[in-house]
Amino acid sequence: MSDFLNYLNSNLTPGQAGAYLWVVIYILIIFAAVSVAVIAMNWLERKILAHMQVRLGPMRVGPHGLLQPFADALKLLLKEDIIPANADKLVFWMAPLVVVITAFTTYIVIPFGPTHAVTDMNIGILFMLGVASLGTLGIIMAGWASNSHYPLLGSLRSSAQMVSYEVAMGMAVVSAVLMTSLSGVGVYGIGPGGGDAIGTLSMIEIVRAQMNQHVWFIFKFFPLGLAAFGIFAIAMVAETNRAPFDLPEAESELTAGFHTEYSGFRWSLFFLAEYAAMIAVSSIAVTLWLGGWMRPFPHWLGGGAWDTAFSLFPALTFFFLAGLTLRTTVRMPKTSYFKIQKTGLGVFGLLLGGIGLVLLVPPVRDRIQDIYWFAIKVAGFMYLYIWYRGTFPRYRFDQLMSLGWKFMIPTGVAVLIATALVGVL
Amino acid sequence: MPLQELTPVATPYFFYGLSAVAVLSAIGVIMRRNPVHSAISLIFTLLSLAGLYLMLYAPFVAGVQIILYVGGIVVLFLFVIMLINIERMQREYQFNKQWLVGLLAAAVLGVLFVAVYVKGQAIFPQHAVRFPEQLNTQQVGKMLYVDYLLPFEIASLLLLVAIVGAVVMAKKRI
Repeated sequence: MSDFLNYLNSNLTPGQAGAYLWVVIYILIIFAAVSVAVIAMNWLERKILAHMQVRLGPMRVGPHGLLQPFADALKLLLKEDIIPANADKLVFWMAPLVVVITAFTTYIVIPFGPTHAVTDMNIGILFMLGVASLGTLGIIMAGWASNSHYPLLGSLRSSAQMVSYEVAMGMAVVSAVLMTSLSGVGVYGIGPGGGDAIGTLSMIEIVRAQMNQHVWFIFKFFPLGLAAFGIFAIAMVAETNRAPFDLPEAESELTAGFHTEYSGFRWSLFFLAEYAAMIAVSSIAVTLWLGGWMRPFPHWLGGGAWDTAFSLFPALTFFFLAGLTLRTTVRMPKTSYFKIQKTGLGVFGLLLGGIGLVLLVPPVRDRIQDIYWFAIKVAGFMYLYIWYRGTFPRYRFDQLMSLGWKFMIPTGVAVLIATALVGVL
Repeated sequence: MPLQELTPVATPYFFYGLSAVAVLSAIGVIMRRNPVHSAISLIFTLLSLAGLYLMLYAPFVAGVQIILYVGGIVVLFLFVIMLINIERMQREYQFNKQWLVGLLAAAVLGVLFVAVYVKGQAIFPQHAVRFPEQLNTQQVGKMLYVDYLLPFEIASLLLLVAIVGAVVMAKKRI
């Protein structure tokens, strides 16, 4: 028991400290948090898309459709599980599992804070890219096992797309990894080095390198870091099969692409995996280029007063959300039909406010703020995903391929070489 | 952070478990009539080999194994296999009767394995050199780009020639 509590005083991740009980706890927390995030994303995506198209979106189930994701989940669980007659049963059964397991395995190395990761590996980023590339296998298996034309075409497209964009993604990642070894302070790395000059693939060490060099890698060697980040930001949309690169599930041509034949719970696994993978690749982008768990301006606005000010942000965010919810509660129609909705929304608002109050307690505040800054950066990417979907028309397949091979990969190689040159000079 | 040697837990169980998966799925690769099932078995073999590399203190090799072999090569295998008409292939008569050669090769390999098992103590050092887990990738990089730079570059040139050759052969009009 004392070992169990002693871990809280160490500054290692539970995997490195060998605290196996804490590893299990961390995994459960991450699994629960990602599931909640997927539910929230489901609601937000429909709401935001609707508002972008001047619609209301879901409004009926719960106040402002807040309970819609739960209703959908219930529907999916109760739906009949259909396996097509000539499908390859075993592969059909395995495919959703492969997709979900690979999507969630990547979370092992994501650093939500200096100690808030399940473990820190020497090959962190390599592990993430490798496991993420296994997700392609699940999609191919799903498409082939369905024994139907639309899924097969969808999965062929998807595998071609993912294999070609992985190359560009790798180039961008390598140039960020290269930056970890080029020590020195500031945008151009001039001045005494902060840390050791040995490069690293470990996710935590990559963020530490940004801390030591006093610069987020998106601004390092301007505009090279920005270019690498841009390549990654485009490639990650293609990797997760999202609009405008959602050809594997282009509704107008392929009905629903690789998961056409899936229904009920199996389909919801694909849905869960897609959103989990989106959060995972966004976390890679945040870790590599946006300073991971670091708050904005940790050095420029350093010092005790600023630290305290910035550590109030999590609580303030929750107070803002609570205020928004309570304002909506007050503004709801006065008729008695809305009584239950009104009470529910009011309780939800008070709950958010209560969480905000808990976050004000100093020990909680200190432990939570790394996670908060990481989550808020990832949330920015999630909003971008929805924004893309509401804004860009879908690419044609040949346009997608020529963008990937003729623009992204050459630019990626050029950025990599330029980064190496600037670093050596 | 202090450099620490990673101490694995329950080593024999993991070794035998991973080896069993590797061997069984390797048998699956050659026994299944359906090529897609063979390819999926191959994935399991490669993944358990990656696990064995991890146990040998080579996380970088394990990561590369997963990215290149499982994420790249097997995906391309499946990509090609999916376009073949499997139903016709399964009904087709297999006429490559080379079991005699196969048996001979297997026997020679078996003898080799037994010989290594018997004499292995003398041939191989008892314990491999261990690097701290945190520096494995850095050590590989140093070996490739400092100690063995010329062989590495020659190998990459060979690969480049192969790629150009493949493009030339695949494309009718360049």
